[in-house]
Amino acid sequence: MELLLAVVVGGLYASGLYLMLRRSLVKLLLGLVLLGHAANLLIFSAGGVVRGEAPLVAPGEITPPPGAADPLPQALILTAIVIGFAVVSFAAVLARRVFEVTGTDDPAAMENGS
Amino acid sequence: MSSGWIVLLPLLAPLAAAAAGLLAWRAPRIQAALGIVGAGAQLAAGLGLLQQVLREGVQAVQLGSWPAPFGITFAADLLGAVMVVVTGVIGLAVTVYSLADIDPGRRAFAYFPLVQVLLAGVAGAFLTGDIFNLYVCFEVLLMASFVLLALGGERAQMAGALTYVTLNLVSSALFLAGVGLTYGITRSLNMAELHLRLGVVAESRPELVLALAGLFFVAFGIKAAVFPLYTWLPASYHTPPVAVSALLAGLLTKVGVYALIRVLTLVFPPLPGVGTFLLAVASLTMVFGVLGAVAMFETRRILSFHIVSQIGYMVMGLALVGSDSPAVRAAGLAAAVLYIVHHIIVKANLFLVSGIAARLGGSFQLARVGGLAAAAPWLALLFLIPAGSLAGVPPLSGFWAKLAVVRAGLAGEAWWTVAAALGAGLLTVLSMVKIWTEAFWKPAPDTATPPPPAARWRLALLAAPSLGLAALTVAIGLYPRPLYELARRAAEQLLAPSNYVAAVGVATAHDSARGDGKGGQ
Repeated sequence: MELLLAVVVGGLYASGLYLMLRRSLVKLLLGLVLLGHAANLLIFSAGGVVRGEAPLVAPGEITPPPGAADPLPQALILTAIVIGFAVVSFAAVLARRVFEVTGTDDPAAMENGS
Repeated sequence: MSSGWIVLLPLLAPLAAAAAGLLAWRAPRIQAALGIVGAGAQLAAGLGLLQQVLREGVQAVQLGSWPAPFGITFAADLLGAVMVVVTGVIGLAVTVYSLADIDPGRRAFAYFPLVQVLLAGVAGAFLTGDIFNLYVCFEVLLMASFVLLALGGERAQMAGALTYVTLNLVSSALFLAGVGLTYGITRSLNMAELHLRLGVVAESRPELVLALAGLFFVAFGIKAAVFPLYTWLPASYHTPPVAVSALLAGLLTKVGVYALIRVLTLVFPPLPGVGTFLLAVASLTMVFGVLGAVAMFETRRILSFHIVSQIGYMVMGLALVGSDSPAVRAAGLAAAVLYIVHHIIVKANLFLVSGIAARLGGSFQLARVGGLAAAAPWLALLFLIPAGSLAGVPPLSGFWAKLAVVRAGLAGEAWWTVAAALGAGLLTVLSMVKIWTEAFWKPAPDTATPPPPAARWRLALLAAPSLGLAALTVAIGLYPRPLYELARRAAEQLLAPSNYVAAVGVATAHDSARGDGKGGQ
């Protein structure tokens, strides 16, 4: 499972970076999205993929049962997803605005517009 | 630890001002007033915090009253407290300047609350004791800076904002990946606890820790704009209104440098080769930044490239932590801290002054302006103080900062980097002289189109913050000892992380937590 995740994460990073290097606003945006997904999955697999029990503390105990899944990476990912959502929405609006103002979706063509 | 709540005040004050400002969406005047109050409160809280840290050592607070590795830690050591005070100074200066500089269109879209959000994010980054929260604070300040940069929607702004947003998002994604891997290796995100655990990991798996450090270096290196990751900065910083440029130029890259200092002194154990690597990066950053500035003929572009070059001096100070001698390590870090404080004040001020000059002369293009020394002698003086300081003319603050860096470099026998620092310093003088002769000294060209004279109150409002920052520069220049002492003590604290760890209280909690099988590894 970890090997599979590693391959997926690597594939996401590679395709994200490839898309960002293309000269197109939409592909740039998609590349950013993929990078974010790659980072989230990386946290997930780095946190340890176990088919464990829910980390619930039984009555009278003070610690979760041994072998329970670690909930913290998932909390981190949840936060990162929320932040990523906000940032990507902003980037999408910005990209649209850039297209409206400059009339091109090629980032290289707008460099000398100032 | 109960008195530790003062640690949160510099973060909460601007955040509260921003929230209240957003409630007053249709009343930009109220937002502006709240902006002044928020920035002023942040400065006051920062000063209070600095005093507390000076008196009682590192301050820490745990949110939610959970003990250290479980609760969310905020901690202030001398470096953090000093940075917060400078943030307050710049925040207040820029907010006052914005009253006269920012047009109604931008004000109507919450310009002032956005500045407050940015200030809160910056203060949060300086004060957090948790590496995931550092990521969150980075995102908060980035989001505010994205909007500030793009607000107004002019053509040049759009292209600049696109570059800025893209590169910073890549940096954030790398940082996030680094945070995730750190947790995977150590099962902790608390910086004080990471200090303890990564030291242990480094003994058995040094290559793993070095790779992590590399990931963090690239992430923070993009934000700090070091060679070769700086290209986004000169492409974007000259595009927004001058008040925004000053805010970003003064504070944001320095948050990156701060993060580098924090991570390399507290989180990671001493790593082999890092000092040499950073010295090379510092030299190249100084040289490439200053060469870029030489080629430019637009005031804000020149100043943007100088940010890059000046970052090199700070990284040079930090690089000396790789030295074998404790005295060199302390001198290098102290020089870096001194340089950051000096640079934030001077660089923000130069942008503010360039804005006034463009308002009087009609353009940022050096070829199209001239004669400002005769037309506005007061402005010439206002420019000469920060420009001289940036170039390192005694007795201004930049002279002492450069002297400290170069002396530390000589003591650390970093000959090449010292040579680069001196050469870059010389070319900085050239750049400042270029702006001086073109904008101020030569007669105004026939093509110059001076705008209609601005109202007196407006000029006074623009000049006042610049005058205040110039006064600070002169004060540091004439009486550098207190600030240098502060920087020296901050460096000593950074080099003895046990104080920080003890204040966060993680060592004891760590021992008691070990038995409960946290994380299952």
